[in-house]
Amino acid sequence: MNDLINRTTIAAISTPMGTGGISVIRISGSKAVEIADSIFRSAGGKSLSQLSGYSALFGKIFDGAGPIDEAVVTVFRAPHSYTGEDVVEISCHGGMYVTNRILRIVLNSGAEAAQAGEFTQRAFLNGKIDLTESEAVMDIISAKGRAAARSALNIKEGRLSREIERVRSLLVDEAAHLSAWADYPEEDIPEVSSSTLEQNLNKAFDSLSKLLRSYDSGKAVKQGIDTLIIGKPNVGKSTLMNFLAGTQKSIVTDIPGTTRDMIEETVVMGSAVLILSDTAGMRETDDPVEQIGVEMVRRRLKSCALALVMFDASRPLDKNDLELLEVLSDTPSIAVINKTDLEILADINKIKQSASRFVYISAETGEGIDNLIGAVEELTGAAEFDENAAVLSNERQYQCASKAADSVKEALMAVSSGITLDAVTVLIEEAIQYLLELTGERASEEIVHSVFSKFCVGK
Amino acid sequence: MSYFAGEYDIAVIGAGHAGIEAALAGARLGCRTVVFTINMDAVGNCPCNPSIGGTAKGHLVREIDALGGEMGKTADECMLQMRMLNRGKGPAVHSLRAQIDRRKYSEVMKHKLEIQKNLELHQAEVVAVKKDGEKWQLETRMGALYRFSAVIIATGTYLGGRIFVGEVSYESGPDGIFPATFLGQSLKDLGLSLRRFKTGTPARVLRSSIDFSELEEQCGDEPVVPFSYDTVDLPENKVTCHISWTNDKTKQIILDNISRSPLYSGMIHGVGPRYCPSIEDKIVRFADKPRHQLFIEPCGENTEEMYLQGMSSSLPEEVQLQFYHSIKGLENAVMMRCAYAIEYDCVDPLQMNNTLEFIDHPGLYGAGQFNGSSGYEEAAAQGLVAGINAALKIKGREQIVLDRAGSYIGTLIDDLVTKGVNDPYRMMTSRSEYRLILRQDNADERLTPIGRRIGLISDERYDRFLKKQQLKSQELNRLKTTVIAPNDKVNELIVSRETSPITTGVRLIDLMKRPQLSYEALKEIDHTRPDLDPNIFEQIEIEVKYEGYISKQLAQVEQMRRMESKPLPADMDYTTISGLRLEAQEKLNKVHPTNLGQASRISGVSPADIGVLVIWLSR
Repeated sequence: MNDLINRTTIAAISTPMGTGGISVIRISGSKAVEIADSIFRSAGGKSLSQLSGYSALFGKIFDGAGPIDEAVVTVFRAPHSYTGEDVVEISCHGGMYVTNRILRIVLNSGAEAAQAGEFTQRAFLNGKIDLTESEAVMDIISAKGRAAARSALNIKEGRLSREIERVRSLLVDEAAHLSAWADYPEEDIPEVSSSTLEQNLNKAFDSLSKLLRSYDSGKAVKQGIDTLIIGKPNVGKSTLMNFLAGTQKSIVTDIPGTTRDMIEETVVMGSAVLILSDTAGMRETDDPVEQIGVEMVRRRLKSCALALVMFDASRPLDKNDLELLEVLSDTPSIAVINKTDLEILADINKIKQSASRFVYISAETGEGIDNLIGAVEELTGAAEFDENAAVLSNERQYQCASKAADSVKEALMAVSSGITLDAVTVLIEEAIQYLLELTGERASEEIVHSVFSKFCVGK
Repeated sequence: MSYFAGEYDIAVIGAGHAGIEAALAGARLGCRTVVFTINMDAVGNCPCNPSIGGTAKGHLVREIDALGGEMGKTADECMLQMRMLNRGKGPAVHSLRAQIDRRKYSEVMKHKLEIQKNLELHQAEVVAVKKDGEKWQLETRMGALYRFSAVIIATGTYLGGRIFVGEVSYESGPDGIFPATFLGQSLKDLGLSLRRFKTGTPARVLRSSIDFSELEEQCGDEPVVPFSYDTVDLPENKVTCHISWTNDKTKQIILDNISRSPLYSGMIHGVGPRYCPSIEDKIVRFADKPRHQLFIEPCGENTEEMYLQGMSSSLPEEVQLQFYHSIKGLENAVMMRCAYAIEYDCVDPLQMNNTLEFIDHPGLYGAGQFNGSSGYEEAAAQGLVAGINAALKIKGREQIVLDRAGSYIGTLIDDLVTKGVNDPYRMMTSRSEYRLILRQDNADERLTPIGRRIGLISDERYDRFLKKQQLKSQELNRLKTTVIAPNDKVNELIVSRETSPITTGVRLIDLMKRPQLSYEALKEIDHTRPDLDPNIFEQIEIEVKYEGYISKQLAQVEQMRRMESKPLPADMDYTTISGLRLEAQEKLNKVHPTNLGQASRISGVSPADIGVLVIWLSR
């Protein structure tokens, strides 16, 4: 199995975001030291490659323009590291923006953004984790994969995604035209002229370059765990929101002007930073306006990192509650049973059966809030909870866009060197495949589909 | 009343393009094989276009030939006109296409089956396929019972076939041959899930009733390039085709009668191919297109029937007459056979693995349209693989899987069994991510060694192949070691091709890397050039000029093959791996991929799911 993994060098942020004074960027793989050396200058002038394992240097991280931050860089030599490979850990000054920037530099210097759970996977495959723990390892990879998928959905709504979508559709059009022209030589498909082709490729390249220049991952990612409070109407969502936000109005953000939805609050709950969103009450309704609200909550549920699912202890469970119970199994979540100060009429056992974590509170009195904080800390502190998924998804998207830009550039060079269009098509498809990487779709299917919908071909 | 008719190794149900290759491969590999055909005169029938090859399909024919199949040789023998499509668009998309004499093709193929050792050709309708212990029992309409070790289903459009022409509809196979009426139920009883697909064909009209005087003529290419590496006597172009166009009147006639099309009236339930729309489909879906092209192609040397490519239809016969008559050149055309749509049963190919054997039914194979594909070439390619694998299995040898990086055949099969199909599947060059290495010019290099190992390539042919490879590598070596010194004559030539002159000695191979300088162009200054088969020059030139792109694709292939080298257990129940997402569990259980690479291509299986599988495999 090892031959499947140890070819690339991977990197990710390995500390929780937003809290603590220090952030760590971990790089693992055969090029870890080389990559770190290329962006780091130690105070004493010594390079990392001169270090043996378990040793560290203090110095500065540089990008092309100049120093970014001070950092302590620790080198672990294979096999004596977490993953069993050469590992470098860059410890820098905690702030989200700086940490993301350093990760970006590392990725631009030849590392790949780590896939969900990939450090753990490598550790396991290199024999650093006991074989008997394979079930747990699979669970971690699986949970982190889900977190990545959730955050990928989340960023799909972002500006970068919309721009990428635009470029992708331009390239798919071009590739479909080229394909139709090659696969149906005898149909009256308009000739592909190399000047229009160059024009369109230039357009795609310019859009991608502009995007890459202006994109700032620090601003694209919310700082904290994207958390939804959901429940049927009048279950006490707003009360809980106000209680949590009101009593602990300590918004930690080092990015000014980050735009938020209207009812969002950043809240520190113990060791975890949550971006808390209050939502419309979940219930079946005929009111079209309310339906839109409920639909939005359902969509957000697919992309949020954590859900606090509220139930009213003082009323029997109804079908709206039963629908919410299903959420509990699909989403990292905590069942919050509210109004325990009133007479308990709900079937609590039913909730317990679906929820792996649940707490009793009274949002009115504040009773039980400590238990809720405890549950949040426990859940977000667990190995399988991946709160950096959003950063990585963004970084991966950035890297994909960057690779796509390279492929488009290569295609342009190919056109101008007069190479035949079959080779150019392959390069355009490569670019499309990079842009599709996050959603896991396949370029060839997109293109074939586009050929049939746009061109009237066939015998 | 039934009787026992004998025990054999392999049964092939259907003698179309899939059945023929399956049967020949099985018999040639030493298995006693019986081919069942509903009509002895329909062996190797071409019920649609009278041509073999075309874009990507030409690649398939070359590959079939390189592996030791028959289609390419017979197409060469029956060729009426040959064209190399896409010249100028790049070597990856060059594709051969032959117009053929369809009756002759059928006759030649039938005769090849008749004289093949180990092979019997029977006219019979198979009505039931049943498990019989480790073996399979087949029953014919006449009550003959056979026992086989392996069965290959290649029923084409015959299985539950139903024809539609306007309001008229009746059970039938293609070309008025009767359909396979009972087999479908028997397959359902086995647990196979069947679905309805549809396809169609245009009218055939009488040659002498066409006015060719104002139609554009299309001739064959000279010199003719044959499909088969075995064809030495180059066939000649014998016929031409003609091009005409539909017009506003055609469009109006069709739109006025659209409600009488069974497709639009809801009579047809089968899913038709997206790429092979009927003329009414084209006119409705691409309403702003003022005209549509059609090709008029001869069906053979000894017939006056002409095929109207591009004009398939299921409108009523009288409407067909009207709109065909609206087309230039066809004003007085006499329609000999009308156009029709045909609906048929096929199987969901996700139930098979890459060997084309059904996952849940060892010894049962499927090929061709039955598997959800469309086209003679796609069918033949699958038939060849199914036949080879049935025989290898019976002989106790390991079955073969052709991978995506090695052939279009492998790509075709992988697409079918991994992604499934929602409409009849046609091969296209755009379906191959490795198309710069899967070229029609190097099919022998890619597949003849495999065909040899299987046992379908003769000593004589293999020696010829090795000899060619040796000459090629010698020539490549010569290009690398021959240095051209700068002088006036050399530079005059180079500059005349609009590229910069040389000032020091330059290796021949480096000159050839310049896009402006072809092999042909360098001839005058290349004094040690040997006299070689043009195919060798062509291959070398492509490899030199596209080296950068080819090596990039080779790197992708290596990565893919690493994933493919990790086998997954055949009888795995993926719901027992709790780390997999529910969707992934379901998809994996449905497809049952044979290796990690295939698993990663299933839609709905994420990289994290693959990560989980990697851990699970390494426990």
